[in-house]
Amino acid sequence: MTEPMEARALTPARIRQIILEQSKRAGVGHIGSALSIADIVAALYFHVLRIGDVREPERDRFILSKGHAVLALYAALFLRDWLSEDALNSYCGDGSLLGVHPEHALPGIDFSTGSLGQGLPMGVGSALAARLQRSARRVFVLVSDAECNEGALWEAVMFAAHHRLANLTAIVDLNGQQALGYTDQVLSLTPLAARWRAFGWDVHEVDGHDVAGLTRTIGSLDTRGGPPHVLVARTVFGKGVSYMERQLKWHYWPMSDEEYRQAMAEIGG
Amino acid sequence: MRRSFVRTLVELAAADPRLLLLTGDLGYNALEPFMERFPDRFFNVGVAEQNMVGMATGLADAGFIPFCYSIVTFASLRPYEFIRNGPVLHRLPVRIVGIGGGFDYGPQGTTHHGLEDLAVMRVQPGMTVIAPADHEQLACALRSAWDFPGPMYIRLGKDDTLTIPGLEGRFELGRAQRLRDGADCALIATGPVAVEAVGAADDLAARGIRATVLVIASIQPAPVDDLAGVLASVPVALTVEAHYVVGGLGSLVAEIAAERALGCRVLRCGVRQPPDGRSGSQAYMHRTHGLSREALVETALRALSAG
Repeated sequence: MTEPMEARALTPARIRQIILEQSKRAGVGHIGSALSIADIVAALYFHVLRIGDVREPERDRFILSKGHAVLALYAALFLRDWLSEDALNSYCGDGSLLGVHPEHALPGIDFSTGSLGQGLPMGVGSALAARLQRSARRVFVLVSDAECNEGALWEAVMFAAHHRLANLTAIVDLNGQQALGYTDQVLSLTPLAARWRAFGWDVHEVDGHDVAGLTRTIGSLDTRGGPPHVLVARTVFGKGVSYMERQLKWHYWPMSDEEYRQAMAEIGG
Repeated sequence: MRRSFVRTLVELAAADPRLLLLTGDLGYNALEPFMERFPDRFFNVGVAEQNMVGMATGLADAGFIPFCYSIVTFASLRPYEFIRNGPVLHRLPVRIVGIGGGFDYGPQGTTHHGLEDLAVMRVQPGMTVIAPADHEQLACALRSAWDFPGPMYIRLGKDDTLTIPGLEGRFELGRAQRLRDGADCALIATGPVAVEAVGAADDLAARGIRATVLVIASIQPAPVDDLAGVLASVPVALTVEAHYVVGGLGSLVAEIAAERALGCRVLRCGVRQPPDGRSGSQAYMHRTHGLSREALVETALRALSAG
């Protein structure tokens, strides 16, 4: 049974509910990372991306380079009716295309990710291809802040700036956490916005939970000329669930029944 | 083979706008003909091989056929996981081109010796792996296979003038090229070191030992039936490769002999010792690792007398 379209409210709260429902049903973690990007994904999938059909060649591209947060993306694809309820409910099941990290074999996923540092290079190629083909399609890549530890990411940053790939927008999910600690304790990224700026990007420091603000900022970018763009988006890891917010254990931990009830109540599900 | 590579690439690019050339800042005095003819389709990405392959994935996804050029080790090993998660996982026609297989960069030292590329590329499913023996075979391979579906690794030798006697530029995906026929033993070679195998076959013939000589440029898809046919017809086969003996041509041939239960003894000639910091000319390195014509003759005679 597919949920009727009118019930599929295109809101970040629905994305969060689906993240919680599916991670509870499958008994898996990465909940905090997915909650962290729920509003960014909502801005992109409900307001920004020009996608008539997920197989249409001239559609905008989106690469979730922090692939471990893919539940937020599955939720958005479901809410946009590009993913069936049956498919969504196969998350982490045997033989499912919906694993803990995204696979391009699933329509709606532009590139497979899961190994940090690989999404931006692919996005650079995708943006360069659009330029060579004189296409107006745009490329968006969502990276984690800790992913900026990866040297290959900066290789791509340099290439995009040198070739002024204005049709490329990176969004950094600046939640300040990584698998084993807080980013400032593990490998400091500060000042992250200044680093991207020093590499020649058009930098915007934004609130990563303000859907209207994110949409407005992205809408103001000149994607036809000039440098590539980056939104350094301040976020809260585990956003929306009080006991998860800024807590390292929710990088991997699944929820107990009681934790699930509380989380759903706080999200408003 | 650089000149042959670039000459053929220019010819192909003139006929097909999908072809792009990316380099990790290598190819001085080699890639210029392409740069000059197609400045908008040439990208020096800088010394950044991981980004080169990641980018190529994005380009190929949009319909291009990008060639990524660097020295063997930098082209194959540095961005290896990008190759795995990029063109292999997405089944895209990215071409990884490594210049200087084996000891082509002999005196440059261990970091420049390409000794495991065939092994690591061969394990990737759907990856076509081509290791031409001379510049004529390379040109033929490129013309026939350049737009084959899926990813491809091409191992180039540096020598632009060497030709393997009797090869005459033949190439076919999934087939071996037979240069000599003989029932006493087989010499099965890949890459420019095949010239040593041909020389060894001549020396063996002078002693009355008739050797079959095969050149294997299509490492994957492997010429399984051609190899099995030869392995079934001789008691001893030597594999000859400027590569570690693990994982490359020797392993491939041994796998076929075992899987088809062929009684042939397979002797893998290649690099067995761990790097010790010593390097030298290509000829010196081949001698050191038992890949010279003389060493191959000795190995064959020893195996044949062991009966």
